[in-house]
Amino acid sequence: MADIFELKDIEVWDGNMAASHALRQAQVDVVAAYPITPSTPIVENYGNFMANGYVDGEYVMAESEHGAMSCCIGAAAAGGRVATATSSQGFALMLETLYSASGMRLPILLNVVNRAIAAPLNVNGDHSDMYMGRDSGWIQIDCYNPQEVYDMNLVAFHVAEDHDIRLPAMVHQDGFMTSHTAQRVKTLSDEQAYNFVGEFKPMNDMLDLDNPVTHGAQTEEDWHFEHKAPQHHALMSAVLPKIQAAFDELKSLTGREYNFVEEYNMDDAELAIVCMGTSVETAIEVSNELREQGVKAGVVGIRVFRPFPLEQIADALKNTKAIATLDRSSPNGTVGMLYNEITGALFNTSTNTVVNNYIYGLGGRDLTKVNLHTVYRDLAKNAQNGKLMTPLQQFIGLRGPKLSFF
Amino acid sequence: MTQIKAKTKNLKNFSTSTERFEGSNLLCPGCAHSIIVREVLNATDDNLILAASTGCLEVCTAVYPHTSWDASWIHIGFENGSSAVAGAEAMHKALKKKGRLKQPERTPKFVAFGGDGATYDIGFQWISGCFERGHDMMYVCLDNEVYANTGGQRSSSTPIGASATTSPAGRTSYGEKRNKKDIMAIMAAHGAPYVAQVAPNKWKDMVKKIQTGFATEGPVFINAMSACTTEWKFAPEDTIAISDLATESLVFPLYEIIDGTELNITYRPKNVIPVRDYLGAQGRFKHLFSKQYEYLIDEWQSRVDAKWEYLQRREEARV
Ligand SMILES: Cc1ncc(C[n+]2csc(CCOP(=O)(O)OP(=O)(O)O)c2C)c(N)n1
Ligand code: SF4
Repeated sequence: MADIFELKDIEVWDGNMAASHALRQAQVDVVAAYPITPSTPIVENYGNFMANGYVDGEYVMAESEHGAMSCCIGAAAAGGRVATATSSQGFALMLETLYSASGMRLPILLNVVNRAIAAPLNVNGDHSDMYMGRDSGWIQIDCYNPQEVYDMNLVAFHVAEDHDIRLPAMVHQDGFMTSHTAQRVKTLSDEQAYNFVGEFKPMNDMLDLDNPVTHGAQTEEDWHFEHKAPQHHALMSAVLPKIQAAFDELKSLTGREYNFVEEYNMDDAELAIVCMGTSVETAIEVSNELREQGVKAGVVGIRVFRPFPLEQIADALKNTKAIATLDRSSPNGTVGMLYNEITGALFNTSTNTVVNNYIYGLGGRDLTKVNLHTVYRDLAKNAQNGKLMTPLQQFIGLRGPKLSFF
Repeated sequence: MTQIKAKTKNLKNFSTSTERFEGSNLLCPGCAHSIIVREVLNATDDNLILAASTGCLEVCTAVYPHTSWDASWIHIGFENGSSAVAGAEAMHKALKKKGRLKQPERTPKFVAFGGDGATYDIGFQWISGCFERGHDMMYVCLDNEVYANTGGQRSSSTPIGASATTSPAGRTSYGEKRNKKDIMAIMAAHGAPYVAQVAPNKWKDMVKKIQTGFATEGPVFINAMSACTTEWKFAPEDTIAISDLATESLVFPLYEIIDGTELNITYRPKNVIPVRDYLGAQGRFKHLFSKQYEYLIDEWQSRVDAKWEYLQRREEARV
């Protein structure tokens, strides 16, 4: 048995440390990992816990991220709790295996500390890797700060391993901005946290030697569809209720409330910024300032990105007149990912809102309050005229020629 | 070297052991993969946790809703059969430590199968990682010297002069230009406790080596020559005859390397036959028998002679 790690009620942790402690408290059976900035400290901290007797599973330092996730898949199929972490290029290298994990319905927890993808090489935070995973069949939950990283890791284990779900889950945080910024984190005791996550209950495990199983068989046109459709169905219908139940349970345990779609100043908002990651917190500050001036400005933060909470998003935005979607990845040839998702959620609703797409923060570029004041000013113009008064797509804070499209 | 003791089942015992690899698979008639896999699986009575990399074996034995495997089995991708088994082995260790194994009194054996493409080429990094980390597992390479599943492209195991679809013989080319990669030396250089080369026609030697592998703690590498009727171009009923030509001509010598150093030759043909006989029996080398390319057959012979000389010296040197 691993030793108890005595935590204070409030610890000062960065996002990586918060993730490491969540893995420790969940008593993960196998962690297979490969370092990459800015997620590296997650596995380093874990190695430290191991070296000091605070975890007692197996820790496999793989030869690559692809190998790490391959080990995780084998370990999960064998029937135990499994986790790892990565970012950026590592995530890209893992990508092939991510589809295998979800296709085999194996609960694995992956902490993705979001970072830009080369070229040019860049170690800082943006959401290119997060969006790259969007069709891989994983649950994807996004966090703004270390407290959320801690809580969402515990939630993710709880949801992913449920026998009605059995899908892998990613917990996202912004590289450096969340992963390396220490903040106060309210903790659960080891016992509380473990009880919340729950005991791992194997299903179709390869190590049940009396009941051999086949994982990852081949299916062609006669069966492939019948496998992929239920996987999609589970994501679309079973996951959100289960996450809601986990949020409710966490709330009764800690008083902390979470939603699929986090709304700030949205009750009567006419102007809304929709975004993910740390920019949500910046946007909240700006909307608070505007509220003082009587501007009906609100913020919608996407907490659950997969499955995409279409109904909740449509509901959150139904009374708005103008929306800005903020995309922290290079769209490369179209509108931003989030713009696509949000307009998709709104298209068949009666909402007559005007939607702008902003590209920002690539490779860790700051998003300032001044930037967001400008965005809200654009929105006010759109709202007043009932149509786009600025180009559909604009780039925030880019040096050189102002790029905008359509 | 920890003394490895392995009991070989006698022929009667072996042939009557319960089938763990069913005949109901889609491999070509005459495919040596099935013979090798059957011998590996039947060589032990222990429970098995298996993985297969993408390739002929994988696509022919677990087509939903069927399976040919009477053991737990996993397939992820082309390159990572080794890591899949390593992950399962790590989970076994973890659950054992934590007292959560369902059958704690039984210790399964962990085996990954991969073709030469999955082993010599794309999967090499993963295998190297698993061996360096010392997982308690066996990796079996089904070495048919070609990417058979995708229709016969060359791999880094394809021998010089063979015609493959991406290195075809033609008016100005004799086919594959490079020598087969020495995977045995490379795996031995990992310091693996046991590395062995086997062929299905020498079944007793093969089963003994597999059983030695199963009795060894740590990563074990088996390179199994797997004659491919389709890509080597010989009649399906000739699989064992072709295999005999390979071992009797010393094109495919049978030996083992213990702890990365001690080399033992395990089969010495009484009458070594010319390499020419081996090459001549297969369509993939047919063009070598033209005037233009015949010099390559002599080169082949001297390479095989030199390798045999080298292996014997290594064996004598005991290092
Ligand atoms: C990443 C990746 N690249 C390519 C393929 C296509 N592919 C599948 S099997 C195979 C060749 C298999 O050859 P080998 O490993 O020698 O096994 P064999 O079929 O000869 O038994 C290839 C190229 C794949 N499945 N995945
Ligand atoms: S193509 Fe070759 S390796 Fe593949 S099943 Fe047929 S004989 Fe076996």
